[in-house]
Amino acid sequence: MIKINGKSENAALGKSISEYLEQSGYKANQVAVEINGDILPKAEYSQRQIAEGDTIEIVSFVGGG
Amino acid sequence: MNIFLNGKQIITFSQSIDALRCEYGFPEGSITILNGFGVQDSALSENDRVHILEKGTTPDKDTLEELLYARHTPMIQDKFKKACVGIAGLGGLGSNIAVNLARTGIGRLVIADHDTVDPTNLNRQQYRIRHLGMYKTDALKAELGEINPYVEIINVNRKVTEENAAEIFGGCDIVCEAFDNAECKAMLVNTLLEKLPEVKVVAASGLAGLGSCNDIRTRKIGSRLIICGDGVSEAGCGTGLMAPRAAVCAGHQSNAVLQLILGEI
Repeated sequence: MIKINGKSENAALGKSISEYLEQSGYKANQVAVEINGDILPKAEYSQRQIAEGDTIEIVSFVGGG
Repeated sequence: MNIFLNGKQIITFSQSIDALRCEYGFPEGSITILNGFGVQDSALSENDRVHILEKGTTPDKDTLEELLYARHTPMIQDKFKKACVGIAGLGGLGSNIAVNLARTGIGRLVIADHDTVDPTNLNRQQYRIRHLGMYKTDALKAELGEINPYVEIINVNRKVTEENAAEIFGGCDIVCEAFDNAECKAMLVNTLLEKLPEVKVVAASGLAGLGSCNDIRTRKIGSRLIICGDGVSEAGCGTGLMAPRAAVCAGHQSNAVLQLILGEI
């Protein structure tokens, strides 16, 4: 099973993080991505493929402070 | 009996705070604090911690610290005092977080911003008319000095970037992301979590406007990231940043910092 932001997302299997972000409408320069509890460095977004068992959190920032 | 009066151990025959006040020559109407809480008068028990302060006088460093220790309990205050917390951005979030943490008696605050105070800041940030035109770091340091002069403030009057963030906040246990711009927020959170493996980050997203304050919440993401806010209320035309929600979100961030220091989240 693959979990993204708490929801089952098995269709994401095999996609890179970059692809998933783009398809889901995220702006890559406004997010932080954690996979299985660790931050994913920005440089790895295009190589890291979503694998079976991954638990992914995508935090999207909106402006204001 | 054995009593600690203003931090010093004494032996007294006084049975009440008022009798103790008379014994030590403090004027009537002095502020009297028993074990961290203000009282009018109260019976004394062995090993009570009593503070008597003449109204209108500034307590010295030891007394002020004693009061924080009494109010927060020594075990907790010791942890707060040893902590170093960074605050990146000193606007509606950062200036409020800094005030909260200074009041709590965090030992060291690293406060970073390159901007100056302008009139549009006054609707939600902890600055005053007299600060207009000053660097935010300098203005805030002056404010914090009037709240708790015994917190060590490290002023960083620079723009925080991907290149310098790890150097600026390298000594901190926890860093609060308190920027305005969404890309800057993401940059800082990513950079700190990637480059500083020990640091914890308390960030904010979604606090603009006048929606319900109940929508602003604290979420833990993984082991080192906390996000406060409603996640969606972006600042823009028609959805300005307002004092109450900025303060509520800053309160969430400040409270998360304290919980992290105590290992409660």
